[in-house]
Formats: sequence, structure tokens, C-alpha cells
Amino acid sequence: MLDVAVAYNRYKFLGDEFLTWLWFVIDQDPMIFKDMDPDLTSLEIGNRIVLEKRKSKSVERITIKGEDAHFEEGMLALKKGALVAELNLVYRASEQKWQFTLKGESLNLSGFKTPKTPPPESPDDLEGAILEKVFLYDKILQFLEKLYKYFIKLRTSNSWQSRVMPLIKTWMHAS
Amino acid sequence: MSLLSASVSITRYKVAGKLEAPVLETVGAALKENAISEIDDQAPEKVSGWTSFEKPYQPDFSGSSFVYGAYLVFALRIDKKAIPAKIIQKYFMIESARRLAESSRQYLSRNEKQRIKDHVIDGLSLKVPATPNVYDIIWNYEESFLWFFSNLKAANEELETLFLRSFNLTLIRMFPYTAAHLNADLADTEKDILLKLTPTNFRG
Repeated sequence: MLDVAVAYNRYKFLGDEFLTWLWFVIDQDPMIFKDMDPDLTSLEIGNRIVLEKRKSKSVERITIKGEDAHFEEGMLALKKGALVAELNLVYRASEQKWQFTLKGESLNLSGFKTPKTPPPESPDDLEGAILEKVFLYDKILQFLEKLYKYFIKLRTSNSWQSRVMPLIKTWMHAS
Repeated sequence: MSLLSASVSITRYKVAGKLEAPVLETVGAALKENAISEIDDQAPEKVSGWTSFEKPYQPDFSGSSFVYGAYLVFALRIDKKAIPAKIIQKYFMIESARRLAESSRQYLSRNEKQRIKDHVIDGLSLKVPATPNVYDIIWNYEESFLWFFSNLKAANEELETLFLRSFNLTLIRMFPYTAAHLNADLADTEKDILLKLTPTNFRG
């Protein structure tokens, strides 16, 4: 395995490509998600997308945010060579909703909100409250792990160049 | 950040290695040995250590108090004294003036000024209470993963250092390369391809 500090910087692009691919799949082929998680009702773009275009010595950054945000400017940035660096996602399963922001370079989650759970009212309730929260976090983290695994398998296969990349290019330029 | 908050940040880790049996006793002893100590009324400006999830300001790792189902739940606490620069400047000026008056000189050397500043900071550190920051941790020992409830670089680095020192186990942060190499069930041929990947040109 590569040195961790070196690998972090060397493979930042992979996280950004993952999020860009994810936006493409949400838009064009969302049934993929159902195979990974039968409980899932929908996966949607939330209220924030950050795109970055890396140049040799600088980074151009475009942030689109707001509950009613339109993402045409994001598409325009993709056409000009930017990739998705941060993506806010809404995951729904039956009546429940999770929302979080995923960062490409680190795969860290922030602003992670699960369906509401009642606060523990006594020390006896604490264990139940913790385990319920852990279950709700784990649901998303396991889904993301499957999603990333699917992407990496694709990215290291011949299909990426021959099939997926042309589809993403067509999507970027047709939108 | 509390894992029970309405909104959280999570950094994911893989834990490399295994502990000596009995595991819970080993973890409990390491947590106690590296528990946070109070620095109020003392000179140090910063301290970090483990604390308990339930009582972050009165750490208690007795028995299996840190075990919840299959998870080990505890927290990293970092206490830091923040002395405003203007307060340091005020006492530095007062002390400098006093020394000049005592020595009947007009100037202090650079070394003297630095010593006065250090002395002022040490004095103020005794009076200023440390501000605590608590970051929760969930560790699934059996499945070798850990969630740290913060994305702050300094807090993550502190966690990695203290974890290694306490348990003699390495935490590997899950970012695009490590998640691919360690968690994606890649065959050796796929790992070789991963090593050679370069950015996709979506424009060309």
C-alpha cells in the first residue's frame, strides 16, 4: 500500500470523479441504487454542490447552494472541465429521510442528519438511543461503501474508458 | 461533537491490528492510562486525552461503562487555553515598563522581551481556565472500524496520535485511495490498475 500522506494528495481526483459519476447516475440511471439497497426509495441531489477546476497552480471553485437551487451552472462548469468536489445528498427510504454532504478528496461526511430520534430521557434510555443512532448512521455509511466499491470496480475496468466515460461526456454536453 | 446531535460530521477509519485478550480489560486500562487530566490552575496551555461519552467532564471508564452493544463508545477531549493577544500585550507592556524602570535602561534586548512574554503567558495560563472540546468516537472492535465525529484536521491528527500511543494500533483514514485499496475487495490485478490510474479527461 502506498504511503498514506502521499496517496491522499495523489488520489484526490478519484473522489471528485466518484462524485461526478454519482451526479451522472442520479440523473441518468438511478435504478443502479435499488440493486445496492432494496430499502432505498430515492437518492437525490440536496441543497449544495461544489465544483472545482484544478489548474496547474490554482483551483477555480464554484458553489451552488440553496433549497431551490438550479444546477445548470454546475453543468456549465462540468462542460468547462470542473469536477464535483462536494455533493449534498438526500437519501429516502419509505417515510424516512437522511441528508448529508460528501466531500470528494476525503470522503468525509458533514451536516449528516438522520431521521429524528427521541432524546434519551434517563440514563437507562442512553444505550437504546446510541444504538438507534448508530443503526441510522450505519445505513448510509454501508450504502456509500457499496456505492464507492461499485464505482472503483468500474473505474479499474475497461468499461470505464469504453462505455462509461463516453456516456458521461454525452450527458455533460447534452444537458 | 455529540453523536446524538441533530447534525454531525464523521471521519471514517479502519483499525489495523488486534489487541491482547481480554480485549475489554485492555481497552479499559488504556483509556484510564491516557484519560484527560485537568490543567486549570496549571501552566500547560493544552492537553488531550480520552474521556467518557456519558460524563465528558468527569471521565469514568469503570467496568464496561464504555461498551454499548457491539460498540466501544468514548470520546477524545482536547482542552486548550485561549489567552487573547490583547491581554498578553497589556501585561507584556506593564512588565516591560517595570523592568526598564528597575534597571534604569531605555531598551530591552530581544531575548529579554521573549523571556518577559513567556513569563506573562505562563502567569496568565495559571489564571485562565482551559476550553474543552469533546469529539465522540464509536469503535466496532470486531469489524475493525471506527467513526470519529469530527472532520477537523487538528482533532483527527490528535486522535490518530493518541490512539496509537494508547492501544498500539494504527488508525487508517478512509479517503479515496485507502477506501479503494482496503475496502473495495479489489483483486491484485485491479490494485495494480489502481496504482496506475490518472485523472479522466472528460473534455477531450
